[in-house]
Amino acid sequence: MIRYEGKTVIKLTVNGSVHELAVRPSDLLLDVLREQLGLTAAKPGCKNGDCGACTVVIDGWPAKSCLVLAVEAEGHAILTVEGLGGTAAVQRAFVEENAFQCGYCTSGFLMVCHALQTQHPTLPEEYVIEEWLASNVCRCTSYEEIRAAVGRLYPPEDAP
Amino acid sequence: MAIGESIPRKEAWDKVTGRAQYCDDLPVTGLLEARLLTSTCAHATIVRIDMTRALAVDGVKSILTGDDCPELFGPLVQDRPALARGVVRYAGEPVALVVAQDAPAAELAARLIEVDYAPLPLVLTPSQALADGAPLVHCPVNGYKKVVTDMYPEAGTNIASRYKIRKGDVQAAFPKCTAVVRQRFALPPSDHLAMEVRTARAEISADGQVLITTASQAPYTVKKQLAEAFLIPAGQIQVKVPFVGGGFGGKAPVVLEILAFLASRSVGGKAVRLSIPREQDMASAPGRLGLEADITLGADGDGLIRAAEMTYWLDCGAYTDIAPNMTKAIAVDCTGPYHIENLHCDALCVYTNHTYATSFRSFSHESYTFCIERAMDLLADKCGLDPLEFRLKNAIRPGSLTPTQVLCSDSLTGDLTKCLTGVKALSAWEGGRAVPIKQDTVRAMGVACFWKSANPPTDAISGAMITFNSDGSVNLNTGVVEMGSGGQTDLAQLLAERLRIHPDQVHVVMPVDTRTAPENWKTVASLTHYMAGQAVLRAVDDLIAQLRQNGAQAFGCPPDEIEVANGRVFSKKNPEDFIAFKDIAQGYQSPLGESIGEPVLGRGGFMLKGLSLLSPETGLGQTGPAWTLGAQVVEVEASLKTGSYRLISASTVMDVGRVVNPALMHAMVAGGMSMGISLASREAMTYDAQGIPQAPNLRSYKLLHIGQEPDYRVAFVETPEEGSPYGMRSYSEHGIIGIPAALGNALSAAFGRPLVSLPLTPERILNGLEEGGHDPV
Repeated sequence: MIRYEGKTVIKLTVNGSVHELAVRPSDLLLDVLREQLGLTAAKPGCKNGDCGACTVVIDGWPAKSCLVLAVEAEGHAILTVEGLGGTAAVQRAFVEENAFQCGYCTSGFLMVCHALQTQHPTLPEEYVIEEWLASNVCRCTSYEEIRAAVGRLYPPEDAP
Repeated sequence: MAIGESIPRKEAWDKVTGRAQYCDDLPVTGLLEARLLTSTCAHATIVRIDMTRALAVDGVKSILTGDDCPELFGPLVQDRPALARGVVRYAGEPVALVVAQDAPAAELAARLIEVDYAPLPLVLTPSQALADGAPLVHCPVNGYKKVVTDMYPEAGTNIASRYKIRKGDVQAAFPKCTAVVRQRFALPPSDHLAMEVRTARAEISADGQVLITTASQAPYTVKKQLAEAFLIPAGQIQVKVPFVGGGFGGKAPVVLEILAFLASRSVGGKAVRLSIPREQDMASAPGRLGLEADITLGADGDGLIRAAEMTYWLDCGAYTDIAPNMTKAIAVDCTGPYHIENLHCDALCVYTNHTYATSFRSFSHESYTFCIERAMDLLADKCGLDPLEFRLKNAIRPGSLTPTQVLCSDSLTGDLTKCLTGVKALSAWEGGRAVPIKQDTVRAMGVACFWKSANPPTDAISGAMITFNSDGSVNLNTGVVEMGSGGQTDLAQLLAERLRIHPDQVHVVMPVDTRTAPENWKTVASLTHYMAGQAVLRAVDDLIAQLRQNGAQAFGCPPDEIEVANGRVFSKKNPEDFIAFKDIAQGYQSPLGESIGEPVLGRGGFMLKGLSLLSPETGLGQTGPAWTLGAQVVEVEASLKTGSYRLISASTVMDVGRVVNPALMHAMVAGGMSMGISLASREAMTYDAQGIPQAPNLRSYKLLHIGQEPDYRVAFVETPEEGSPYGMRSYSEHGIIGIPAALGNALSAAFGRPLVSLPLTPERILNGLEEGGHDPV
């Protein structure tokens, strides 16, 4: 008989709440968020770190949750789209600029943009925005809508 | 009013809060897990499958192979087994299906199945497949059950079907031409790459009710195909489709649903989830077709095209799926939107040992358009004409006949001249010649036109149901799948316009459940506004008639004196005295407490009319209700030494009939353009000599990322299509169509060589240059 085995109880801090979870050593943070906590905003797109649909924010920085083991995430603050509520500036910006179509990559882009705004409170250089957002792939939009949404996060200070 | 307003998508907030649920977001408790083992050979006999070790894995419930499913599948001809039976015809073909207690067990067991293959000779391109003595992918090719009548497999060959267009007299016309170009093209297959990987779930209740939950563009087809294949009454099958994370045609075929059903059946009907990794989504599930073409165009001394002869060979891969219809669609529109009186075209659907192909955004019009529009540039050059002016000269116009000899009118085809002059201004067209800007660096523009009609079944249907809420707002329920193409928001706007209410007052049921939503053929072909749209308008008319009845009784006047507008019902004679929808739509209660009228429930149905199959000998006939056409320009800055280039701008002017939602239509068209640039500049499914896909993952198969995109410019022409809701034309797929060609034309101008293949990578451009390129005959 061939067996896999071994589950460990860990504590994950997600969207401000602490959860006790039984996980295998190989369980991905992405799968644990989705299947144990029902936080399905982060999506599997490749499970290889290439598409960014699974991006969450860990300690203020974007991270691909398919490249993070659940056991590695213990002791860190994890934020998902569900944790934004509906009040984050980036959510309204994405709606106003039509920065999504099918919506599958959207959670990942939202978290990258949210972290960008946190780490760069004032408008960064264009290349910085591109470097941050090039971690993720969108198959529907032309990206110009996502750029415009990022623009909305940095209103001109001298606007009337 | 609702039309012309840039309202956000109806589901916008669901999508930015994570509340929008896709198939795999549904709870997983209580599900068994199914995983696939796929073929490692492109063409081989299966000698032995040993499941001993796999069956020993703790938690494995069942393992299925082709022996467990004798049924064959396919929407046009039934040539595809659910699991390979005795032979595999492409690398990635499903060979075995494991059902287990959980994912690790299923994955481990799939790895432990041992399969011995005896390789067979293989064919990887249409050229190879049509060579004398080529190995046959299917034998006999005409031995399968046809689902439709217009399939023409050719015995003893790899030809799955052929469509012929014969118009005018090509033989007589070519000798009179003063400029003739002939060019061959070869485009590789690629992948849809919807961000959501396909997935499906199935369960079968004790009394035989089948529930399928799937990421599909065609829930009603899933129901129909399962019912027919497994002899289940269709009413016992329920198909649910939540939000779909991108389709682009790739989720129109019925694939994983069949496997999930088999998996559930093998474990006594228990609920099973079939998940596949991205790698299988690319290599095993169907992709975009490859295409070879040979095009000859001839023009007279005035630069008017007098004759065209062309052959298209579609690489449909190992199974036909919907590819014969794409072959037909390419034949129907084969010339592009030009006035050509003498035409000879053969379009062949050819089996190879590639991953099989299915519909791809625009029904693969982007592929043949690359070929014809590159040939147009070659001919313009030979005539000494500006490529854009050359297209203007030859633009299709009222009175022209399409390749299948449908008489063109503004209503039927739209106005290409306006699109071309529009895109000339929008792109600041410079004449199509390379302009040096510094040492070894040039800027160049390329133009391409496109058109597309649809190829639905001639009897395809849609339906709509509208109910009221107690606040007077309405709920719209159609069988349209929300996968990003925005059809539901278009429908909400059509509804709001007709009922004369604000679109905010329209709630749209987004998930589809075949038990509760009226049948909608499929969410494909950019036909939502046309088919479901007409059903919606009829449902609104039905609502209005019932509101009038209630109003007539409430006001004590004839129904035709009653007006319905702005959420109110009133008599035309006294608009100040009105009853709000909320007080009358569920029946009216008078101030005296009398119950008046009935609850209002709107329903509308729509069936396509007046379409025909093509004449097998000449192609005469009409396959779609109308055309959408447009013109596109791409501008590049190219480094002549390195072959690299930067995209400067991309412009589209499209005749959409009526602009219903300016912002969303702009975004939809720009999104299509982006997909076209990604496809043309970097995408290909590459196979080695043994037919093994080399890059079925997103690490190697690169898509366009942010920072690589041009400045997008989009403008619309509005020539109404008669009979379509508010004159709208199809638009959601079309942004992609001319972009690969326009990029090819721009780069050919920049490098001074005709580029005849995709993708247009620096390496391939440079290699082409080193080889001396391919000169036109």
